[in-house]
Amino acid sequence: MRQFLLFFIIILVGFTFIGRLFYLQIYSADAHDILNDNAIRKVYDYPKRGFVYDRNEKLLVGNQPSYDVMVIPREVKPLDTTEFCSLLKITKEQFIKTYKRAYNYSPRLPYVFIAHLSKEDYAVLQEKMRKYEGFYIQKRLLRDYQTTVGANVLGFIAEATPSQIEKNPYYIMGDLIGKQGVELSYEEELRGVKGIKFIQKDRFNRDIGPYQDGIHDTIPKQGKDITITIDQRLQEYGELLMSNKRGGIVALEPKTGEILALISAPSYDPNLLVGRKRSKNYTRLYHDSIHLPLIDKGLLRVHEPGSPFKAIVALTALQEGVITPQTNVFCSGVYHYGRNGKMGCHCGGGNRDLVKGIAKSCNSYFATAFRRSLDIVPNSSKAMDIWSNHVKSFGLGQFLGTDLPIGKKGNIPDGAYYDKWYPDFNWGATTIISNAIGQGEILVTPVHLANMTAAIANRGFYYTPHIIKDIEGQELDAKFTTPNYTTIDKKHFEPVIEGLFDVYENNGTARSLRVPGIEICGKTGTAENFAIIDGKRTQLTDHSLFVAFAPKDDPKIAIAVFVENGHYGSTYAGKIASLMIEKYLKETITRTDLQDWILTYSLENEYQKPYSGVPFKINKQTTLQPISPEEVEKLKSKLNQSN
Amino acid sequence: MTRETNRYFKFDWITIVLFMMLVGFGWMNILSASHIGESINYFDFTQPYGKQLIFIILTVFLIILILSIEAKFYERFSSIIYLIGILSLAGLFIFGKNVNGATSWYGIGGMTIQPSEFAKAATALAVAKYVSDLNTNIRTFKDQIRLFIIIVIPAILVLLQNDAGSTLVYGSFFFVLYREGLPKIYLSIIVVLGLISIAALKFGPLITIAASAIFIFIFHFLRKRKPTLLQPISMLLAAIIITFGVNFFYKNILQPHQQDRISLWLRLEKDPDKIQKMQRDILYNLYESEKAISSGGLNGKGYLEGTRTTGKFVPEQHTDYIFSTVGEEWGFLGSMGVVIVFVLLLLRLLHLAELQKSQFSRVYGYSVTSILFFHFMINIGMVMGLIPTIGIPLPFFSYGGSGLWGFTILLFIFIKLDSNRINEW
Repeated sequence: MRQFLLFFIIILVGFTFIGRLFYLQIYSADAHDILNDNAIRKVYDYPKRGFVYDRNEKLLVGNQPSYDVMVIPREVKPLDTTEFCSLLKITKEQFIKTYKRAYNYSPRLPYVFIAHLSKEDYAVLQEKMRKYEGFYIQKRLLRDYQTTVGANVLGFIAEATPSQIEKNPYYIMGDLIGKQGVELSYEEELRGVKGIKFIQKDRFNRDIGPYQDGIHDTIPKQGKDITITIDQRLQEYGELLMSNKRGGIVALEPKTGEILALISAPSYDPNLLVGRKRSKNYTRLYHDSIHLPLIDKGLLRVHEPGSPFKAIVALTALQEGVITPQTNVFCSGVYHYGRNGKMGCHCGGGNRDLVKGIAKSCNSYFATAFRRSLDIVPNSSKAMDIWSNHVKSFGLGQFLGTDLPIGKKGNIPDGAYYDKWYPDFNWGATTIISNAIGQGEILVTPVHLANMTAAIANRGFYYTPHIIKDIEGQELDAKFTTPNYTTIDKKHFEPVIEGLFDVYENNGTARSLRVPGIEICGKTGTAENFAIIDGKRTQLTDHSLFVAFAPKDDPKIAIAVFVENGHYGSTYAGKIASLMIEKYLKETITRTDLQDWILTYSLENEYQKPYSGVPFKINKQTTLQPISPEEVEKLKSKLNQSN
Repeated sequence: MTRETNRYFKFDWITIVLFMMLVGFGWMNILSASHIGESINYFDFTQPYGKQLIFIILTVFLIILILSIEAKFYERFSSIIYLIGILSLAGLFIFGKNVNGATSWYGIGGMTIQPSEFAKAATALAVAKYVSDLNTNIRTFKDQIRLFIIIVIPAILVLLQNDAGSTLVYGSFFFVLYREGLPKIYLSIIVVLGLISIAALKFGPLITIAASAIFIFIFHFLRKRKPTLLQPISMLLAAIIITFGVNFFYKNILQPHQQDRISLWLRLEKDPDKIQKMQRDILYNLYESEKAISSGGLNGKGYLEGTRTTGKFVPEQHTDYIFSTVGEEWGFLGSMGVVIVFVLLLLRLLHLAELQKSQFSRVYGYSVTSILFFHFMINIGMVMGLIPTIGIPLPFFSYGGSGLWGFTILLFIFIKLDSNRINEW
């Protein structure tokens, strides 16, 4: 037996070692992956991010180099700190503090010593950098905005979040990624593909040389330049007009569906989110829950469409043959329905045909048209479905499918919707009569309204609104070049367009907004709205709405303007729409009276009311609030500069 | 068959081939672990791989020398060789050169020689000589004590030079003596001592003593022929003394870094922050070596392609941690191959030792096997994190002239003795 003790122990140890090897190398080991091997340094070569141009080939977003002074503490040799500090424009105390922080972070790893040097400082420093061992300059590319407007459209880039990195293995910590606007929508095109160099490290984190002679290395692929459909001058003008107001403007080119301007107010200067103060500024914008500057109101602000929707009510009624352009409705100033239902009308009363009904925005006329539309079949639910389909064919009540990363569905009710609401009740047209005038359960966003207007301007079709005009060396998505047809026959559009044209004529609601030399078709809207204040549903001043397109017979622009709590459609939104149309079609403004008025009046006091904590007056009982003449002058000089 | 060829075929060529495989593959790994940059100049004598190549070439002459000397020489002069070994160790206290905290080297010109690597062979010869003496009866306490002294003198000298790893190797002689008839009680004592030591550190004195008491008394009552109560009581007393002795030894004798190694191995520390700090500071080598081995996977990253080896992530990789290079670049298959070659070599030596007709040769062969086995077990066990960190080289593999020559002398004296076994009649 004695002979076998060592024999058994040798065998036992042999098997134990093989078992341990199996555990280490097979059971608990991942396959060798050079990307995750911390013995290999990955040096990333970031390509140029694509430039963004407006529709007139004006550069909106470029790149700017940014220079950071980096330090690797253990490589630092004694240096002339006085000279170095004066070059960096810091004090010696700051130098020591930052150096200590860098050392505590890691003596071996690069640390940002000074971020975002100015170009001048960089030029001076670059020459002398070799003297300071352990310090070097790291170049990065940041966005360089050539404009102060369109922040909501352009979006911004920022470091990818851990969850984004997890979802897409392309990104690594510290990579910049599009977070909003076109930067997000066209991230893949703009960013290009970064190149990687694999470098063998030693355990002190020093580079030894290329890993396997660089056979795994890749070269970067440049980002593509893109042209967007925005007209920078129109965008700038619109944003200026929206000073001291809240809301959104969407202007489209009906023939293509291109978004000419997408204005959200209040907005912010895109330059705020670049460079040293980025994070501070972003936090401030993000937490501004009153102005919501990061929310694009043109795409996201859901509201009742109000009177502009009457055009659709008219078109569906014409299509279903329940009215003709000659159909006459007498308005007594009140529309009676049901047992004792009443809907007021402020058209002035009298006999209304289609054109007059639209021009005067007569509630009684459209209530009648809507009611007849639902009476075509005995079953209200089925009739509602037919009506709903017509309305939805204008892109309402659904995601439009734009190429911007955000959007809202809005709401167009159908039969099932009301069956659910009134399960035990035989509901009919009168139950839901508010829909006739664009209130009730109809919900839209400004971009929905602009698209609806474009479909009317085109006499029956629209192109999906989009922001992209051209990507370097790439075709546009077919969905932006294929027309979407509405369910309304072309012939029914002419009388409705006549009515919309009359809105600007003799007795129309926008007669004061005419622009000489341009045939504009438009429709005012005034939408009631409510807020919950201290638990009570309180009515606020109506939203001011306006949709328009021009010129009448060869539409080049369709626009929807939504001004929160601006009261009548013609008060704010109509003026802005007329000015925008004139700006786009003629470049110079003849209606400077309208422009001055818009620049002078502010709605800020209106927006303060719900927060004031005291009872307040609305609509007709409010007074206009002019801003100081100096402020007006400031805005005007800004306007002149941009021209 | 001529007389001439006959002479060569007497040597055990299986052992020699296994030896050459280990030395050759070892050098390839030293090259990988120590080369810098892309260029490799095999005869660059400023680099470890270049130096090791010279050591290997010189080894050939050493082998020829050892094999040409008459086999009887080793037996006859074993005492003198042992004395020279002891004196060379003792001389270190006067002439020794301090490297990394251990005074284990003589500096001669630009070279350093580590006598402890040669003392193992000298001790093995002395042990073989003493055990095989006709007047020696290993079952007597007197001879046990004398053998103990023979073994412990070089062990203590090495320990005093701060080379705890090499000291442990002298424990391998237990296998030799046990094979030659050392009473079984010693084996039981070693096993019990080991168990109590580990239990005392891991579970604390109270639990250990209580558990010992229960075992001792169960054992006592199960015995058919019950001795007096004195025996179990004295056993318990011994257990108590060992328990506290181990705790005292651990807390007061061991140096902090040795405490930490044991503490990590037995997972004594519970505070995760402290564990992390300990792992970073003391176990840095082990952490990196385990990582390198683990990253090799099944097939390894390929020769000279190991990223952690090339990046010199594992300190001392060409010496004590050479096996991690094998792990990274040759993977599971290559590492398993090395383990198998070692096991085959050890089993071959064990087999040859048992074949010896003279007791001297058998004891010496057993000593060689045990010493090589201890090195193999401790080194690879340490590199893979199975046992606490103890710095001893992997025979034939690790970089170092003294080590390579020491092991070569140790092994080839036995090959010479083995080749002579037919003539011994």
